Amino acid sequence: MSETASRGQDYESSLSHATAKVAEFEKRQGLAPRIQSTLHSSPALVPLIVLVLSIAVFGALLGSKFFSPFALTLILQQVQIVGIVAAAQSLVILTAGIDLSVGAIMVLSSVVMGQFTFRYGIPAPLSVVAGLACGTLMGFINGWLVAKVKLPPFIVTLGMWQIVLATNFLYSANETIRSQDIEANAPILQFFGNVIQLGSARLTYGAVFMLLLFVFLAYMLSQTAWGRHVYAVGDDKDSAELSGIRTNTVLISVYMASGLICAFAGWALIGRIGSVSPTSGQLANIESITAVVIGGISLFGGRGAVMGSLFGALIVGVFTLGLRLLGADAQWTYLLIGVLIIGAVAVDQWIRKASA
Amino acid sequence: MTRQTVQPVVEGRNIVKRYGHVTAIDHADFDLFPGEVLAVIGDNGAGKSSIVKAICGAVIPEGGTIKIEGKPVHFTSPLDAREMGIEIVYQQLALSPALSIADNMFAGRELRKPGIRGSLLRQLDKKRMEEFAREKLTELGLMTVQSINQAVETLSGGQRQGVAVARAAAFARKFIIMDEPTAALGVKESRRVLELIQDVRAKGIPIILISHNMPHVFEVADRVHIHRLGKRHAVVDPAKISMSDAVAIMTGALEPPPVAEQQLAPKAA
Repeated sequence: MSETASRGQDYESSLSHATAKVAEFEKRQGLAPRIQSTLHSSPALVPLIVLVLSIAVFGALLGSKFFSPFALTLILQQVQIVGIVAAAQSLVILTAGIDLSVGAIMVLSSVVMGQFTFRYGIPAPLSVVAGLACGTLMGFINGWLVAKVKLPPFIVTLGMWQIVLATNFLYSANETIRSQDIEANAPILQFFGNVIQLGSARLTYGAVFMLLLFVFLAYMLSQTAWGRHVYAVGDDKDSAELSGIRTNTVLISVYMASGLICAFAGWALIGRIGSVSPTSGQLANIESITAVVIGGISLFGGRGAVMGSLFGALIVGVFTLGLRLLGADAQWTYLLIGVLIIGAVAVDQWIRKASA
Repeated sequence: MTRQTVQPVVEGRNIVKRYGHVTAIDHADFDLFPGEVLAVIGDNGAGKSSIVKAICGAVIPEGGTIKIEGKPVHFTSPLDAREMGIEIVYQQLALSPALSIADNMFAGRELRKPGIRGSLLRQLDKKRMEEFAREKLTELGLMTVQSINQAVETLSGGQRQGVAVARAAAFARKFIIMDEPTAALGVKESRRVLELIQDVRAKGIPIILISHNMPHVFEVADRVHIHRLGKRHAVVDPAKISMSDAVAIMTGALEPPPVAEQQLAPKAA
């Protein structure tokens, strides 16, 4: 060995003088790099800071009109639907996908819950289960097309958006089920509209469900193997496959979970608006993506924390209510949200450089 | 083959694989023996990747037999091979950049906490996985200790390669396949990886090393399997043949030595 080694390795003879250190970790110097690497490890920090700052600013400007239990819980009520849908969207975006069909799945699921109860006379709890199953099935179709047929998520969910929405209108015959009828015959459909009153604070079951859902997903994503696999698939699907993760199973499970969560959002939607309306929730797609992006989850997948999306949804809620209470034109809300979206993506790009 | 007394770890006979009109593996044989580093060299398109993929289940051969420790196997995916204790270090490393070193080492075989937190709540035992990862990396002399939760993307090329090798060494029970482990590395980092290969061999785990880098092959390999035109063309002893002759045999410029002079099995210890 020594003979051949010396023959082949002459060019490496100077290596004995080189340092033998291979794996050394330099501490990053300076404030900016340190902030960068902190944000790299806790990506939900930026939206949390923005959220706290915006509450503080509107609180200072509006005083107790804004900074009251009533107003703050009102924000929770107003963002509950978008928040739940954003949770579903977060899962999909973490896998480097996007789900444009979330709003349509939500509405179709709520229509199934309503129509099954009122058209077929099926007991309301069973109809709810049928609605949840419907959402999960739509999610499965998305996931199957993305994972097995290998179509881009954007195209799959763009198509499903149209298909599901059209199904929704065809099936419901564009017919709204009135709030009073639901209240009298199937109150369980409005379950998420129930309110816990604590002084002047009004917490709807829907808002509580949203908060619990985020806690549950945060646990799943950070503490279970499935969660690690979701990140690995979004980060680099081929690498994940090679290191032994069943990536197709992970993808399909994510889209199914997204569909199921959207169906829960549909149920919560009945609680929020009282009626079952096939024309509601049309903005859920874009609003959920907005919340996820402001929440610091990377559209390129594999990066971000699901709690960020909750903060993102709340930021939008705080701006909406705060500016309305200030008497500003609603367009200012959209303008500021637009700034936040671009700012959030710029921060994401900057944080990514910490890895280079 | 009369002098062959040791049972091979891998024994492939008459393996065939065609892609349309192209015969990637043409009745090829393959042997890996316990405790050795077997280098597989071959020109581009000679089919060296195909035969190694057939051994680890990434390619399903159409004909021939593959035995692992004497038992015939029919892998349908690399996961089957992995369950048997065969680990692969891919050229592109198969690491998830944003995940930590510990997460990467346990991708697809995470440990769960004991008791109800593991079985019902599916909670990962991060502490145990971190300890294990740290121990394995330290065993291979790779890491300073506080860095186990660092994202892989913050590591250098050599460090990443080290993580991939450590992962394979930690979980391999039968053997490890390494595909061009030094291709993307600098001189110093290559050196470290070659040392790693020797460390892994010292642990008694045989290694199949696919490489284009002749100096590296000749430094660490016990035997060199030369693949040409989809077949095993010759198996030579790197101590008895020059690099230029090996390359000449590989490219067809030189006839392989007669079978009696080849190194079809390791020298008796």
